[in-house]
Amino acid sequence: MRLPRSLLIGGFLSLLFLGGAALSLFWTPYDIEILSISSRLQTPSAMHWLGTDQLGRDMLSMVMMGTRTSIAVALLAVGIGMGLGVPLGLLAAARRGSLLDEVIMRGNDLIFAFPSLVIAILITAVFGAGAMNAIIAIGIFNVPVFARLTRGSALSFWSRDFILAARVSGKSASRISVEHILPNIANLMIVQGTIQFSLGILAEAALSYIGLGAQPPIASWGRMLADAQTLASIAPHVALVPGMAIVLMVLGLNLMGDGLRDLLDPRIRVTRT
Amino acid sequence: MMRYTMGRLISLCLSLIVASIVIFTVVEVVPGDPAAYMLGVNARPDTLAALRSELGLDMSLPERYFAWTTGMMQGDFGQSYTYRTPIAAMIADRVWVSLPLALFALTLTIVIAFPAGIYAASRRGKLGDLGVMGATQLGVAVPNFWFAMILVMIFAIKLRWFSAGGFAGWEGGLLSGLKSLLLPAVALALPQAAILARVMRSSLLDMLGEDFIRTARAKGLSRRQALWRHALRNALIPVLTIIGLQFSFLLAGGIVIEQIFFLPGLGRLIFQAISARDLIVVESVVMLLVFVVIVVNFVIDLTYAAVDPRLRLRK
Amino acid sequence: MSLLSIQNLSLSIHGTAILHEVSLDVAAGEIVAITGESGSGKSMTAFATMGLLPQGAQTSGKIALEGSNLLALSEAQMCSLRGRRIGMVFQEPMTALNPVQTIGAQVAETIRIHEKVSRHEALSRARAMLTRVGLPEARFPLGRYPHELSGGQRQRVVIAMAIALRPRLLIADEPTTALDVTTQARILELLRDLTKDFGMGLLMITHDLAVVADLADRIVVMQRGRVVETGATTQVFRDMHHPYTKALFAASTHRVDLPKPPPPVPLLEVRNVTRSYRGARHGFFGPRLETQAVKAVSFTLNRGERLGLVGESGCGKSTLTRAILGLEPVQSGVILLGGAPVWTGNLPNLAVRRQMQVVFQDPYGSFNPRHRVSRLITEPFHLLENPPQGAARSAKIADALTAVGLRPEDADKYSHEFSGGQRQRLAIARALINDPALIVFDEAVSALDVSVRAQVLDLLAELCRNRPLSYLFISHDLSVVRTITDRVMVMQAGEIVEQGPTEQVFAYPQHPYTRKLLAAVPQLPDIRKAPDAS
Repeated sequence: MRLPRSLLIGGFLSLLFLGGAALSLFWTPYDIEILSISSRLQTPSAMHWLGTDQLGRDMLSMVMMGTRTSIAVALLAVGIGMGLGVPLGLLAAARRGSLLDEVIMRGNDLIFAFPSLVIAILITAVFGAGAMNAIIAIGIFNVPVFARLTRGSALSFWSRDFILAARVSGKSASRISVEHILPNIANLMIVQGTIQFSLGILAEAALSYIGLGAQPPIASWGRMLADAQTLASIAPHVALVPGMAIVLMVLGLNLMGDGLRDLLDPRIRVTRT
Repeated sequence: MMRYTMGRLISLCLSLIVASIVIFTVVEVVPGDPAAYMLGVNARPDTLAALRSELGLDMSLPERYFAWTTGMMQGDFGQSYTYRTPIAAMIADRVWVSLPLALFALTLTIVIAFPAGIYAASRRGKLGDLGVMGATQLGVAVPNFWFAMILVMIFAIKLRWFSAGGFAGWEGGLLSGLKSLLLPAVALALPQAAILARVMRSSLLDMLGEDFIRTARAKGLSRRQALWRHALRNALIPVLTIIGLQFSFLLAGGIVIEQIFFLPGLGRLIFQAISARDLIVVESVVMLLVFVVIVVNFVIDLTYAAVDPRLRLRK
Repeated sequence: MSLLSIQNLSLSIHGTAILHEVSLDVAAGEIVAITGESGSGKSMTAFATMGLLPQGAQTSGKIALEGSNLLALSEAQMCSLRGRRIGMVFQEPMTALNPVQTIGAQVAETIRIHEKVSRHEALSRARAMLTRVGLPEARFPLGRYPHELSGGQRQRVVIAMAIALRPRLLIADEPTTALDVTTQARILELLRDLTKDFGMGLLMITHDLAVVADLADRIVVMQRGRVVETGATTQVFRDMHHPYTKALFAASTHRVDLPKPPPPVPLLEVRNVTRSYRGARHGFFGPRLETQAVKAVSFTLNRGERLGLVGESGCGKSTLTRAILGLEPVQSGVILLGGAPVWTGNLPNLAVRRQMQVVFQDPYGSFNPRHRVSRLITEPFHLLENPPQGAARSAKIADALTAVGLRPEDADKYSHEFSGGQRQRLAIARALINDPALIVFDEAVSALDVSVRAQVLDLLAELCRNRPLSYLFISHDLSVVRTITDRVMVMQAGEIVEQGPTEQVFAYPQHPYTRKLLAAVPQLPDIRKAPDAS
């Protein structure tokens, strides 16, 4: 079978970043905790492939460490979204039209109506900045995405004859949800999960950029950009490198999502907001 | 139509009530003693007591919630603890930066996304479509605050076409005001336009596959005529949903972008308030933003009914 | 010279051959029907004529409309032709209209696209055309939206759009397939009238031989992209040559031999059952409207009996089916199977459910695409307290598959490896696996081609001979119900208006609705009297 080109490109980019993040667990080209003011703001060279920042830290090592933060935050946020959203969506679909369904869906609408970044700001303002609060803030807004999607596609299955046949065979709604519906919407969830993962990376970058994400000494792309802001005119690479890292990783994940969709089921529709 | 509007209106009120309860709870209940939180650990007992009575902490929770909400309905947002000025006045100045910025960005988003999406759908699978889709794929991946930094580097620092930040105010005329909002609006709009263009394209393509397009073609409409006269209006229904979500995103995104362009908007206010631990300001600004978003979504709901006659009859 | 002349039309889509050397003619004022089963290429012939083929289509041959070859025309020339000189009516009226435009605007558009007339004039001509197709102004003003109309009314709007400019040729692609039988009769009558009135040619695509026999002057029979037989309708029916035509005719009039039912012992008893749904609130604080989908229905199905239930869409037969299957509670009345209620308290009664199974209409939607046959057809084991394991399970699966004419080896396949007819056999195997006392067939053969349908009906008859099978056969297709049931009930607006022995009800209908229903069914000419062996 021929793999979609977007899957190959996207998969390559995603693996590159995943590999870099995994590698950073054991080894980075330089230790980013050692500051060297003498070698600060160097442009990319053979010594420092991506140059150094205002404190003389190796940018490649920083990007690798930052990837780890991004992936961890986004992955956990998707986990929260799927872990709560999918069961809620299945439940709402199984009890369609009931009060429970109404409550779940209205709750979703309400979360959608909140400007997500504002709520993230509120949360961190009260609970303090940090990676954990960023994960929770991003994760909350993933819940209605998965809940709606799950409910919508589960509903289309509930009206199918094979579900009726399962009901005639005496199977309970929860059993049908797990045995028949979940496997059939798994593809959709994988594709949407990839998209939410990429959105999570963008959200993490935004939060850490305004200082509400992971706190130093944990490296993060958003914080690198925030630090680079005043230096952008002197040393553009300090701003370009982390930005490009975000763009390439998100691009890779999105392409992979599209490719997976083409591969698994071209009829799948994803939400991308 | 009447019933639909009333239904949406009730849902609007419910959303506002729930939203205010959530915000109130997060700010005034979760930290335990908000006064102690605001003053920090080294607060003197008499200052603490003064703030407590100022915040009305001697009242019961429902009483405080009621006082807060009824106050807001009368335009009284309380007093900023740090600045000792009415919050309403502080907001009034800044809202005329943040709201126009969000609306400007939304307009740009639509103006860019609609033609791009329609063009891509009409050239499906051809070079033009691939080009637009490639560009949007990139646009979706760009964080707006980074894009803003790049814009500043190019247009303000290198080319000096725009000032690197600050706001000229509306007193100097609409144009000069808009000019100082142009770069931030573009930074906000382009990534969102990429998203909207993709939604527009896929929604149009969905519609072009519908039976009624075949009927229209059988009447003698060309592919292009069928797209403009029949597919477009139907395709708008999902597009409107996304526009509603995007407004919320643009308004919130504006808070960050304001930082980069040194715009005196709600964003600066909220960050100053956070660092000063001025919870009353944070609470009021967040409520105001949520209010605007909910009202805009209400307007979008009414637009649905204008586009889709089936909604006008539904409960 | 004929109006439309298709000569040696061949068509391939992305290299796959669809049509081979198709030739046919339509004269002005003439009704020509193309008939055949799915995959015969009959619809593609129509779309080729309209120039509305999917991308990647390659054509050769000639399609001449009043002498000019349509295949040689540019897309712009075809646009000016479509709607003006050829009109087309489609199968699915529910989706054929733009939901956000008024019917007046949509009919007027045909006129405004082709003629430079004022909006006002186009609308008044649209008005006249809508009235002509049976939508008078009083009840159907121009400002109506499609969702305010029924399927039959929408099809009339589509027809008005197609004939607004009085085209020379009208193509109708299965125009009544999605409609109820009484609506079908009225739409067919309208098409016949219009053809005569306007002197246009009508090219009608249909899978239903009986519709063809009633309506068409000439018939074209297609099979796998080829025209296998063509001629005047009466002549083709009297003297068919091609074996496929004969097979098609035989399948359409297929009768099965049911064994005699045993003496009546009640199995399923439905007593005074009412099922209603709460509708939308009327006004903000007004009462909710109650719609009674099933009103005080009572009947008995005896052991070994084959009972039919017929009625048009919306008559409540699906609601009744779900209540009998124990999928939904009823507001009043009881449903007993073997003397025990299907609902006890608030829950379906599993002991009773074991005695019942169901076969649905859609052979494609009836199975979870991710499971193998062995898992699919053993799903009813869930109802058993001690489901068979190991060898006993395999033996059960093999038995069920063999009983429906499939092979035991098929147990390891997925449902998509089977054809529509085979899937319906799988559905029957699933229904049989617990040896239930009652099987409900819910439109179980409605989605099948006639030849496949005949085979499945034969299978049912055979099963009746080999085991004590009782079933409730629900269908809108009266001819199928007539051959496969001993007794029949006619349902209208939630009520059973007539019931009795099938042959008696069909031959001497008592209730006016039954008469209306039977009169609307298109009839094939009875050629069985003719000596067919000679």
